[in-house]
Amino acid sequence: MSRSLPTVGPGASAVPVDHAAAAARFTADEARTDWHDGALWHVRRNRDRAAAAVPEWEALRELASAIKEHTLARLDEYLVEFEANALAHGVRVHWARDAAEHNAIVAGILEAAGARRLVKSKSMLTEECGLNPYLEARGVEVVDTDLGERIVQLRQEPPSHIVMPAIHLKKEEIGTLFHERLGTPAGLSDPTALTAAARADLRARFLAADAALTGVNFAVAETGGVVVCTNEGNADLGTALASVHIASLGIEKVVPTLDDLGVFLRLLARSGTGQPLTVYTSHVQAPRAGQALHFVLVDNGRSRQLARAGFWRSLKCIRCGACLNTCPVFRRSGGHSYGASLAGPIGSVLTPGFDLERYATLPFASTLCGSCTAVCPVKVDLDAQLYRWRQQVTAAGLAGRKKTLLARVAGGVLGRPRLFALAGALARALLRRLPRPLLRAGAGPWGAARELPRAPAQSFRSWYRDRQRRQGRTS
Amino acid sequence: MAGPAVAAGPADVAGGQPRAVALFVPCFVDQLYPGAAIAALQVLERLGCRVTVPAGAACCGQPPANAGFEREGARALRTFVEAFSGGERIVVLSGSCAGHVREHAPALGEAGAAVGQAAVEFCAFLYDELGVAAVAGLGATFPFRIGVHIGCHTLRRLGLARASELQLPAFDKVRALLGTVAGLSFAEAARPDECCGFGGSFAVTEPAVSAKLGRDRLRAYRAAGAQAIVSTDLSCLLHLDGVARRAGAPLPMLHVAQVLAGDAVAAGLRVDGRAVAPPATSP
Repeated sequence: MSRSLPTVGPGASAVPVDHAAAAARFTADEARTDWHDGALWHVRRNRDRAAAAVPEWEALRELASAIKEHTLARLDEYLVEFEANALAHGVRVHWARDAAEHNAIVAGILEAAGARRLVKSKSMLTEECGLNPYLEARGVEVVDTDLGERIVQLRQEPPSHIVMPAIHLKKEEIGTLFHERLGTPAGLSDPTALTAAARADLRARFLAADAALTGVNFAVAETGGVVVCTNEGNADLGTALASVHIASLGIEKVVPTLDDLGVFLRLLARSGTGQPLTVYTSHVQAPRAGQALHFVLVDNGRSRQLARAGFWRSLKCIRCGACLNTCPVFRRSGGHSYGASLAGPIGSVLTPGFDLERYATLPFASTLCGSCTAVCPVKVDLDAQLYRWRQQVTAAGLAGRKKTLLARVAGGVLGRPRLFALAGALARALLRRLPRPLLRAGAGPWGAARELPRAPAQSFRSWYRDRQRRQGRTS
Repeated sequence: MAGPAVAAGPADVAGGQPRAVALFVPCFVDQLYPGAAIAALQVLERLGCRVTVPAGAACCGQPPANAGFEREGARALRTFVEAFSGGERIVVLSGSCAGHVREHAPALGEAGAAVGQAAVEFCAFLYDELGVAAVAGLGATFPFRIGVHIGCHTLRRLGLARASELQLPAFDKVRALLGTVAGLSFAEAARPDECCGFGGSFAVTEPAVSAKLGRDRLRAYRAAGAQAIVSTDLSCLLHLDGVARRAGAPLPMLHVAQVLAGDAVAAGLRVDGRAVAPPATSP
């Protein structure tokens, strides 16, 4: 079962993402767009209520941001501490430079253990690395066990959201999918019944699995343990049954101490879904008797991002998804329009660092309204980073010749007041005199969606000069 | 994200020296909304400011910069800094332009830093430095239910109101100013600070989502019973007005300054030549 999304990193397909075109296709169905927007806004409101119930919310955000910035500034030290403590507990620790190394390490572990059936709980990192198709090509059966992940896996499409992978689908569509793939009765769309069908199907796969792979929300340096936050218990069931547990984590997941962890646990679920905590907060510190436990620490561009002065703070991200839920553009364009494993504002800040040419349109898929920055529990300056990526895209010559030329001309006119006054007078004269259909045709994308402004006969500065002349005469 | 600016005490408007103010009318306001700029000038003068409009700058350079062409916009920002280096308070008739100047002018050295410090958005200047009591003294009347649209940069970058994401005590400088106007009432739309979808170059690079956001915003204002939309940002109104008229359902749209100046009522609140009636029952 392969997915349509390419991985990020070396070997990724180089077809540039056209966010505007994908968003136009999405919004063409206005009723569905409203439904998608409403579903995500509902989550944003749940987040608001949960945050409002914590009197020290803003202080917590400040603290979380400071802990992450401190940790990132000493990431090398904390990673070494984490590794030493994990090794002391009998964990096998692997380091992967990139997605390819990560996938090869996982495949190697499975092969050595003779494992052919892998159950996975939610991991955006394995989406980033394209692990599923890699393993499937090597004859491993991979089953995503998070319900939303399972749904998109059965549909052979990537998740559309960090924490709600199937938020783009209606229950009726899931009913149809389950009817085809799991044999549920035609027309069944009751969420409880569909969930029961998925559970029944997954239970057999859990029992048959040779190995379990989980993502990681936090890695604690002082204990050498990892923490996995889930709502469905699927991570625990998978790791409790299988004789091999692989936990894959990005190197930015480390926090110094258990005390620090508490700060993030208070913020993560409240920001993401409005829950005080996820249903399960599982601490994994040592293999149980007879089990092998592997931690795979993945760089895949993170140390490169850490070295970028304007962008390193994006590594503070704890993947709560709040910036997606609040983003007015994400809600109306859908996760798949970003063409990357991470969508929304955080995706648009992280993915250009992998391949600027491929993801050149993403920093522009924003009104720079700043709502993302204001909800972010670790205070990533998302809108400022989007602005900075825009500068990098144009500096790399990726804006296109027409736009670049237009910007040069506009910059020249806007920087010369007299020329601007002349150009403005000419434009207003045209706006006032040309017939509407001609104007509409000439107004390009502006006119496709809106009327042109009405042009006054006189500009403000011209009126102001006249007034000064009048005042000069009367005084 | 900077928190809200600490409110300075109201200036002594009635007595003392008149306050020297340099008014910046952004490029598109100059060309498309002279009425709003005249209203702002009149409000400032009636509040006792000695207002000059420096001739040497048309634009702050934000439009190209936000589109990723900061270098192409640099000349405009430089001419802005040169023209507005007189040492007065710089009152900017647009929140996003004020934000751009405050954030990016300091990169141009000492003069830029001074200009960045001195630049303040129109409503922020009224509230923080002249005071609500002085604004109430304008005695404006506007017997309509209005939807208030605070531009995203005015809200979140300049902090003129508490953004809905933040868990801080609520405040709203724009509604405080408008609250002094006789007969005016607020139509509070759902999702109080959802973006209107303009976003500068976003309006043309992503026209589908931009227009959809505009339609959604207008629907929310109408559902709340707004008879007009009053904004801190004419760029948002340029977009919302275009979307509303394309849908064949225009709404009157005004800058805060126009309401405070009272000229909207003097001229009658009109859309496409037709007068808009005040609500049957004044609240």
